[in-house]
Amino acid sequence: MRDVAIIGVSQTKFGELWDSSFRDLIAEAGIKALVDAEIDGNDIEAMFVGNMSSGLFVEQEHIAALISDHVGLNPVPTTRVEAACASGGLALRQGIMAVASGFHDVVISAGVEKMTDVVDATPAIATASDQEWEAQQGATFPSLYAMIAKRHMHEYGTTREQLAQFSVVNHKNASKNPNAQFPFEITVDKVINSTMVADPLTLLDCSPVTDGAAAIVMVPAEKAKEYTDTPIYVRASAQASGTLTLHDRKDITTIESTKVASRKAYEMAGVDVKDIDVTEVHDCFSINGLLAVEDLGFVEKGKGGIAIEEGQTEIDGDFPINSSGGLKARGHPLGATGIAQAAEIVWQLRGEAGGRQVDGAEIGMTHNIGGTGGTAAVHIFGRDL
Amino acid sequence: MVGIVGYGAHVPSYRIKVEEIAKVWGDDPVALSNGLVVNEKSVPSADEDTATIAVTAARYALARAQIDPSKIGAVYVGSESHPYAVKPTASIVAEAVCATPKLTAADLEFACKAGTAGIQMNMGLVESGMIEYGLAIGADTSQGAPGDALEYTASAGGAAYVIGKDNTIADIDHTCSFTTDTPDFYRREGQDYPSHGGRFTGEPAYFKHVLSAAKMLFDETDSKPEDYDYACFHQPNGKFYLRAGKKLGFTSEQIKQGLLTPNIGNTYSGAVPLALSNILDVANPGDKIFVISYGSGAGSDGFTITVKDEIVERRELAPKTQEIIDDKTYVDYAVYAKFKGKIKM
Repeated sequence: MRDVAIIGVSQTKFGELWDSSFRDLIAEAGIKALVDAEIDGNDIEAMFVGNMSSGLFVEQEHIAALISDHVGLNPVPTTRVEAACASGGLALRQGIMAVASGFHDVVISAGVEKMTDVVDATPAIATASDQEWEAQQGATFPSLYAMIAKRHMHEYGTTREQLAQFSVVNHKNASKNPNAQFPFEITVDKVINSTMVADPLTLLDCSPVTDGAAAIVMVPAEKAKEYTDTPIYVRASAQASGTLTLHDRKDITTIESTKVASRKAYEMAGVDVKDIDVTEVHDCFSINGLLAVEDLGFVEKGKGGIAIEEGQTEIDGDFPINSSGGLKARGHPLGATGIAQAAEIVWQLRGEAGGRQVDGAEIGMTHNIGGTGGTAAVHIFGRDL
Repeated sequence: MVGIVGYGAHVPSYRIKVEEIAKVWGDDPVALSNGLVVNEKSVPSADEDTATIAVTAARYALARAQIDPSKIGAVYVGSESHPYAVKPTASIVAEAVCATPKLTAADLEFACKAGTAGIQMNMGLVESGMIEYGLAIGADTSQGAPGDALEYTASAGGAAYVIGKDNTIADIDHTCSFTTDTPDFYRREGQDYPSHGGRFTGEPAYFKHVLSAAKMLFDETDSKPEDYDYACFHQPNGKFYLRAGKKLGFTSEQIKQGLLTPNIGNTYSGAVPLALSNILDVANPGDKIFVISYGSGAGSDGFTITVKDEIVERRELAPKTQEIIDDKTYVDYAVYAKFKGKIKM
């Protein structure tokens, strides 16, 4: 198996992009990634695209063919990858495996979601849960994560303010990210007093509905220096599956797939969680960001709230989380999120993250979840192999 | 010069408060009122509809116009809630004000801006010499589905304008329009309630069209906000209106007279005609008024208007807009539901 390096990354502006269609978004991300990699479209050998629900959001399936055709890459083999909100993370992993296996040399992994063409995105998002046992019984994603939050507060004394603080830190970081959907700061009071969504989660605990795309160009590590002086290496790519439903779990305050995937990743990379300098976690809701802090092993179970309250997750904290602004404030175009997370880590490791740069970041990690944890993808990247 | 010969307003007297609606649906009334800048809305009684509102407004307009109604050569009623799908409201109005039979009449629909479209059509007919006077009305008894965000604002009301060259009380100095195909809000044939694009109704719809039409109007008249004494825009809620005014560079002093939505809700086709009538009720001769309507689907009509000396005496010949608004009776949600036909039997 060959080592893999990233030579180009991109992310479109995230937000309510009324003037950009599905195909506009993916084309923009792809072209920007090629420009960043300083390569030509003709160099691309294969493409993987993460997308959760183009069928429900823009009534378009068969998007792999649409994309390769629209961006002029025919006949390059293009494959859509779907794992709900982890679609991007899995598209990244498919690309990594294609290069690592020796099947292809230059591969682009991208993610795209156009969510604002529907009036209500909730039914489409709900398809990431178990339709028969959750969605059709009336459970929506905010309500599922609200139950997790309630239980976490009950079990560990996590406070409403600690949850809110996770959103506050995200917004603080996003205020320094020009591609973020919400590049402005908020306060704990504002979070707590925002519109109630599902008790205890209010509007500002929830990631938004977002249009956006991101892309990453990968080559074999041994050839990386032919393309760039600053390749970022893939140190680990791990994926785990967990129960699709919450009620099948022994403990709903732990996302088992996150634990399994992260431990595999640490082993593959030969690192300890303490070695990770910067991490992008899947905070579709503030509680899920808190769970990630615990389940990735930064702190022991139950201590996530205190870690957030003490500022350990801030840019200058012990383990900086979501320098991009996270799903909450950078935005969460479902299928693009896993790729955008990796792009942020690449910028951090290259030292190109501007006002949100984590000083001296050498090793970074991404954590991408599908549904409430039915799928988890964890990737580790380094300036060195 | 073509201008306004007479104008008249009408708003049904029943009101329902935002907090009364919020109580039914479990919403936070303070957050809603502050967010939408709407406190209460008008409610048409069981026997009021777009035709009755249009007729009342037209009678007041003719009272101020002081013309022989048989000289009216065109009647256009703009609404998205015409009582009949097939059968004109305009003919009812024309008959009621004794303008029949020598005239053309038609109903217009362009969401919330069909009233101002009717003013423009009459301007063209008057300018061309085809008619001496024309009557343009914007009136609605708009629909908001139970529990939908629209229910807090969709209300009823209208205003009528007699357009002509002679006996005018205000000149219409210029008009222009900005139109695109933008499906932000629509109701299909047979549907009781309209659908809307949520947040899509904001930036790419209301603001894009209102601000673009305003820029066009400034450019074509070589004018700027400080040249006007009053400005008014379409007002689906108070928040959009205030933000549009601020973005265009108008002061709160210039736009406050035209803002009626906080106390009567969104009267749709009636909104800008009513806002203008409230300004004409108080404007001094020589005052200049900047007007931008908006209709979903989507488009905006812009007008610049200069008030003439004649307005001072003639506006006393019919009830003022604020007097009409102040004559109100509150109803609870149950009575509102009955009046609006939301109770199915």
